[in-house]
Amino acid sequence: MPPVTLTTSGFSRRVQKAKMQSMLHITTLHYLVLGAALFLLGVIGVLTRRNVVIVLMSIELILNAVNLNLVAFSHYWQSMPARVGGGPTALHGQIFSIFVITDAAAEAAVGLGILIAFFRNKETVNIDEVNLLKW
Amino acid sequence: MAPVATPFFFYLLSALMLAGGILVITRKNPVHSALALITTLLAQAAIYLMLYAPFVAGVQIILYAGGIMVLFLFVIMLVSIDRSIKERQFNSQWLIGVVAATALGGLFIAVYTKGTDLFPGQATLAAAEGDNTQRLASLLYGQYMFSFEIASLLLLVAIIGAVVMAKKRI
Repeated sequence: MPPVTLTTSGFSRRVQKAKMQSMLHITTLHYLVLGAALFLLGVIGVLTRRNVVIVLMSIELILNAVNLNLVAFSHYWQSMPARVGGGPTALHGQIFSIFVITDAAAEAAVGLGILIAFFRNKETVNIDEVNLLKW
Repeated sequence: MAPVATPFFFYLLSALMLAGGILVITRKNPVHSALALITTLLAQAAIYLMLYAPFVAGVQIILYAGGIMVLFLFVIMLVSIDRSIKERQFNSQWLIGVVAATALGGLFIAVYTKGTDLFPGQATLAAAEGDNTQRLASLLYGQYMFSFEIASLLLLVAIIGAVVMAKKRI
């Protein structure tokens, strides 16, 4: 039955086209998926690496993934109507991402200070040799 | 002004970010990791620009790629990395770590497949451009004044903590 196959193939082609359209139209969901992927990379780095410097860099990756989500949601809220709290002045996500960047700076300064003190005492940067408080 | 070639730039920048992230957690030399992380941060600043957040993008470049990464590179130069490069790079519990991260990834995928309708996927229209920095400032120094003060206090505590930690004799 040629006509039936023709219509089904046309239908599937239309579905494929819609899928391509949804791939090509960048929405908030795309940014959230990217943030989740970056978060996962950071978690893998924190859990598996041995060098303290790289563990701290992985923590920076995690914080950046959170920041990406915050800014994406802020952009989403700016397109919402004002009666639910949206509108062009709804920049709370960006404010919060600035606070997260402040925390990241503080965390990096203190963490690297601790790393220098530790390196002066034990001559190593491996995280599994940090066991002074373990018994 | 309508955005130009948004999907192309989004996928290009995401590929840059993910490649940089993978390099960060796989390179042996911490200096190479730091350079990959700088790539990731700059690509993320470009993505902030795509999301109409120019002030956050500027803060990201100046503070992250400029400030924090210089701090990281200084510390990498201070601690000697010659010995740690020759040792094994992954700790003894790396398998458990990978399993836990895979479980977390499975959770993300489950949330994505089950709850696509929960996510805001429909509306990304061009927000009003221009006075983003002005609006941010009036929010930061108005509604979020107290949080701002607490953040500056946190930075003061971090400065004192870093100085005390890096002193010769504690």
